[in-house]
Amino acid sequence: MTKGEIVLGCLAPHPPHLVYAENPDENEPVSEGGWETLRWGYARLARKLKTIEYDAVVILTPHWQTYIGTHFLGCDSFKSLSVDPIFPNLFRYHYNLKVDVELSEKMCEIAGEAGIITKMMRNPDFRVDYGTITSCHLLNPDWDKPIVTVSSNRNRHYYSVEVMNEQAQALGHACRKAIEESGKRVVLIASHSLSHRHFTTEAPLPEDMSREHIYNHSQYVWDMKVIDLMRDGKMQEFIDLMPEFTEQTIAETEGGGLTWMMAAMGMPNYPAEIYGYQSVIGTGNVVACWDPNEVTRELVL
Amino acid sequence: MSDNPVLFGLYVPPHPHPLLAPDQNKGWGELRAAYDECRQRIEESEADVIIVYSTTWPSIVGHQFQVQPEPEWVHVDDDFHFLGSMPYKFKMDVEFGNAYRDAAESRGLHSRTVAYHGFPIDTGSVVALSLLNPDNRIPACIISSNMYANRAETIVLGKAARDALKAQGKKAVIVAVSSLSNRMFTKHVDPVDDRIHSAKDEEWNRKILEFFEAGRLEDLSQLSRDIHGQIRVQKVVAYKPAWWMAATMGQHNNYDGEVLAYAALHGSGGAVIQLTPSKGSVGDKEFDEDDVDIYRGDRNVLVTASGDMHAPGGVDGPLVEAERPDEEWRNPVEVMDDLYDEYGSTVISHATGALSAAAGVAIAGPVGGVAASIVAKKTVGKMMSKDGAIIAEDAPSAVGAYPHARRVGNLLFISGVGPRSPVDNKIPGGPIEDENGKPQVYDIEAQTEACIENIRIILEACDAKLSNVIDVTTFLVDMKRDFDGYNKVYAKHFEEIQATRTTLAIQALPTPIAVEMKVIAKAP
Repeated sequence: MTKGEIVLGCLAPHPPHLVYAENPDENEPVSEGGWETLRWGYARLARKLKTIEYDAVVILTPHWQTYIGTHFLGCDSFKSLSVDPIFPNLFRYHYNLKVDVELSEKMCEIAGEAGIITKMMRNPDFRVDYGTITSCHLLNPDWDKPIVTVSSNRNRHYYSVEVMNEQAQALGHACRKAIEESGKRVVLIASHSLSHRHFTTEAPLPEDMSREHIYNHSQYVWDMKVIDLMRDGKMQEFIDLMPEFTEQTIAETEGGGLTWMMAAMGMPNYPAEIYGYQSVIGTGNVVACWDPNEVTRELVL
Repeated sequence: MSDNPVLFGLYVPPHPHPLLAPDQNKGWGELRAAYDECRQRIEESEADVIIVYSTTWPSIVGHQFQVQPEPEWVHVDDDFHFLGSMPYKFKMDVEFGNAYRDAAESRGLHSRTVAYHGFPIDTGSVVALSLLNPDNRIPACIISSNMYANRAETIVLGKAARDALKAQGKKAVIVAVSSLSNRMFTKHVDPVDDRIHSAKDEEWNRKILEFFEAGRLEDLSQLSRDIHGQIRVQKVVAYKPAWWMAATMGQHNNYDGEVLAYAALHGSGGAVIQLTPSKGSVGDKEFDEDDVDIYRGDRNVLVTASGDMHAPGGVDGPLVEAERPDEEWRNPVEVMDDLYDEYGSTVISHATGALSAAAGVAIAGPVGGVAASIVAKKTVGKMMSKDGAIIAEDAPSAVGAYPHARRVGNLLFISGVGPRSPVDNKIPGGPIEDENGKPQVYDIEAQTEACIENIRIILEACDAKLSNVIDVTTFLVDMKRDFDGYNKVYAKHFEEIQATRTTLAIQALPTPIAVEMKVIAKAP
């Protein structure tokens, strides 16, 4: 069997506002647009993804929160309605997705062998979280590839960000090994924003861009600092800095997504492709990817 | 018949085990039996509505109120999906949900209803309503637990529930859905091996149960921060259910408490507890913390006119560039420097007004730091002017340790003054809220008139007149509602004087008034 590989890693934030702004058929609410910088960046990355051959998407999302280990989707398909509990006015998305159960089981098995607490999720009534739906829709609106969702273990609530950073790296190494043994070409997605201080009120018209700005300047400075590290190919340095970044910006990185993905990709020392940065209800979001293939890697922004 | 709108309160755990797997563990079965007993008691009560506050429904944009008339779904828990699915169809009291939302907004909470098919009702609410009200005999109202809310918001949320119940003449059973200690095992454990995660958690849980059994709910409310620090994960801001429950039930310790069951739920502490209002008491509450009726927090971060501390012109925000005159604008630091040189450190305490007068800008938070640095920089030995404090006997008394005015050189600095009558201390035009914090209709024009009259009285005590005023700073608690009325009265008195003016929206004033003004005037 050919050795499997990770063909691309994407940092893909999941504010439901972006799907809402696009007005896809799957989403019930209707908008007048908004957040174009991020959406256009997403569109460009989605076009790049179309040029890459891959078998499955593996996504780690902070909105499937588990306290008892890491869980993996384990049913062939899921079809339902995803309603964002925070912004139900923006996101009521009808999804119909396929799962690569074989790959999912492989990752669960190898992570378990590595000492990580794991569980397959085999309840067909389970509702897939809106982080998975949002990031996957924006990167692949055709939904023509199977996915695997990996839950975000929240032991960070019991221990520390440092411990979570270590655990997420261990999970990343296990997932890489599983992917290699599977023989499949896989795209990884870390589904989260950067700084995550957000407004606690909403503008009367959510897509009113005159009301949108980063929560405060310090969040912006942190975002720019870590984006510079991404540009410079200093991901080990960023991961080392992750605990402080997470604490200072109340970031969703506490769920381990980026740390997991970077560990799985061997801590890239080449520049990330940056597709766009913009705030969404005050949070800082960047669309970025890491392309291991030097031939197709490009300087986007 | 009691006029207490809450018949009794229940404290129940959010985990799905008593619903889906009561036979797998003795304690889970005991919790289930206790749930069933409470279901029967609710059925036998005269409750019109069941109000559920669930800690497993975290909201971010204010508090949310479920008003979908008959929400229906098949719910699966994120962690305990292997225990099975939870199909449900509930009946909501839409009228009450809307009334509760309105009452919460009236008390200053950002609130909104949700009525969407497929809205993900949380595990705690699903478990509680499925077990306590399986046949939907009584309509329910489910409210969220705002993730960032702290004590003030949660207390006010509870009081709003009482407002809505009283307004609708309804009786309620209230349900707080929450664990006691909430640290779960991070590994899979055999159900028969389930136990409280640690001895420390067990000890705290037992202490909390003692308080509940003694009916000491308000004491628990006062202890919530300690409880959070000891046995709750720190992700959520605070341990809130006791705050909400105590406020909803009337903030006292007069209950018959009954712990029907207590058991471990994958390491966390689960208990089914009933509190029934009674006449007995273990003693007065201590009131370690201030009570609060109206929430005046900073949730309004998107509204620059009010409550936006970080917006341009806000307390912590930058200067408003648009308000800077094109000509003769001076750096506030330089102005402060000059004022210090001329008048001494007194000016520091009047930084806002003085800077407004001299620089013609809206002054924001950073001025405090500027002032402090200048004070540190300057020689401490500089002497004050010979002029000093002035008390105007005919003016309304101050509400703190400050004079009505202070003369410094050829300037008079007048303390902020509101509309209270110097004769009887009443507020012309009426207060903005009654003594219970309930908002009142008031007349901003009458309050502004009275404000200016009080300034005139103080100026006369300084041998000055209104026409001596060179700068005015006005504070309004409701810019949107009151600016026009205030502006109209202001123009009547100041149009010819042509003093510089700054008008600021602020969150509250020390007494229930809508407007306060402070001026700087030329001394005669």
